[in-house]
Amino acid sequence: MSWKIKALTKSIWVFHLSVGSCNNCDIEILDCLTPRFDVERFGIQLIGSPRHADALLVTGVATRKNIPRMKKIYEQVPKPCVVIAVGQCAISQHMFRFGYNAPLPVDKILPVDLYIPGCPPKPEAMIDGIVKLVTKLRKAK
Amino acid sequence: MSHKVIVPIGPYHPLQEEPEFFQLYVEGEKVVDIDIIIGYNHRGIEKLSESKHIDQVPFLVERICGICSSSHPYAYVLAVEDILGGEASVVPERALYIRTIIDELQRIHSHLLWLGLAGHFIGYNTVWMWAWKYREPVLDMFEMVTGNRNNYAMFKVGGVRRDIKDEDIPVLKKALDDLVPALGMFRGAVMDDPVIQARLKNVGVLTKEQAIDWCVIGPTARASGVNIDVRRDEPYGVTDKINWNVIVEKEGDIFSKTVVRILEMYESVSMIRQCLDKMPKGSIDADIQDIPPGEGIGRVEAPRGECFHYVKTDGTNRLIRHKVRAPSFMNVASNKVAAVGGTISDATITLAAVDPCYCCTERVAVINKIDNKKILNGWDLIRLSQEKTQKLKLQKR
Repeated sequence: MSWKIKALTKSIWVFHLSVGSCNNCDIEILDCLTPRFDVERFGIQLIGSPRHADALLVTGVATRKNIPRMKKIYEQVPKPCVVIAVGQCAISQHMFRFGYNAPLPVDKILPVDLYIPGCPPKPEAMIDGIVKLVTKLRKAK
Repeated sequence: MSHKVIVPIGPYHPLQEEPEFFQLYVEGEKVVDIDIIIGYNHRGIEKLSESKHIDQVPFLVERICGICSSSHPYAYVLAVEDILGGEASVVPERALYIRTIIDELQRIHSHLLWLGLAGHFIGYNTVWMWAWKYREPVLDMFEMVTGNRNNYAMFKVGGVRRDIKDEDIPVLKKALDDLVPALGMFRGAVMDDPVIQARLKNVGVLTKEQAIDWCVIGPTARASGVNIDVRRDEPYGVTDKINWNVIVEKEGDIFSKTVVRILEMYESVSMIRQCLDKMPKGSIDADIQDIPPGEGIGRVEAPRGECFHYVKTDGTNRLIRHKVRAPSFMNVASNKVAAVGGTISDATITLAAVDPCYCCTERVAVINKIDNKKILNGWDLIRLSQEKTQKLKLQKR
């Protein structure tokens, strides 16, 4: 395991990128930080700048106005980083697939490493997803 | 010497959950003008709902906004039931009670959420953690009644989808009893806190005249002394059969907006208790088969203000036109007077004080890339809509 990937498995700093969601996933992400779930115990923290991020949490259908801006933000994140698609909208565009303003699913725009399904996923599901991701990264060489 | 500087906030700002873009024009510390640029969240829901079956649309409209995800389906089913002759004549009584319970539970959860975020915005994270801690039992109640924490999927034309079981009612009452002392502690801690008073009193003031001029609605208007509430003015559900008060404050600053929201939570708790006591037995669904051609409107007091839906049907199982106007559309514009004149450090909490929800509000303008002009302006859209109406009239003949 290279030291860069090893660094990713410690306390993950997360930048939250909402690209046209309905707020539900965003609220559940914030819910993870609050007393009942409290992921800050494990060093997972929401941070303000993509330059400090280890992981990008992408929520929502990628709308036309957001796609160029998403790419720009992904370029600003130091590599290697992980991209996590949270919620059904980010994974498969959900019921907006046939809408005129949602041309592409998120994984056609950014290289997604982890999918967390649900509308919205429960905070338990998100924590479970992060645990699976960290386990997988530890096994990688 | 005055020197204008633009301070950009957004579109992906750590304080905002959703992408939106504010340009603050500042002279020194003072905000002199503000521009709001939205359109990042536009998903074309009105057009999509015309391609769906009338019974599928509630699932779509509850994804307009995740926070008021019972207000939008409620307003939509009210609009469809308006075509059928009104909610009270169509829906069984037990379903009316369940609808009001869900609507009021959602108000508690949304106001707690806003209070927490407001604490976060003024850098007082203790309030954030407290408010969200006491929000969890409300979500547990939702999970027990509807099976889901956020998107409830409770509303359908002619009733509700799930019943409240008899054995669940004492559990719900117990949860409400546990919530009230928490709210009391919260009320004391927030309303008597010198830090919060220093940050929120006389900040972002919206006077009564300004509130009327800018057509604000919901808690934003009630904090400025405008006495409006759809639940009282045009009752739906069982809001006219139970006792409750409309909370109105006079000052119009952010502190009175906070007070209105805290006191409204008490009213909601008392409304839910009365509903649980008075709820009759019976069916929960009227089993409606056909929707006749016609037009209908539905108005619901969402946690942020009046949520308005308009539907038009032609006798088939799909809508011809569906129009949504969410409360934030009216409230967001009032930032232009509330934030201007304040300092830049107060701007964040002032912008958040109306409890904005941009994914409800999003509009779209199509712009030509070559000369940067709008392809369709307002007059073009009016002309197109008139042409479509003419076409529909011809088809009818």
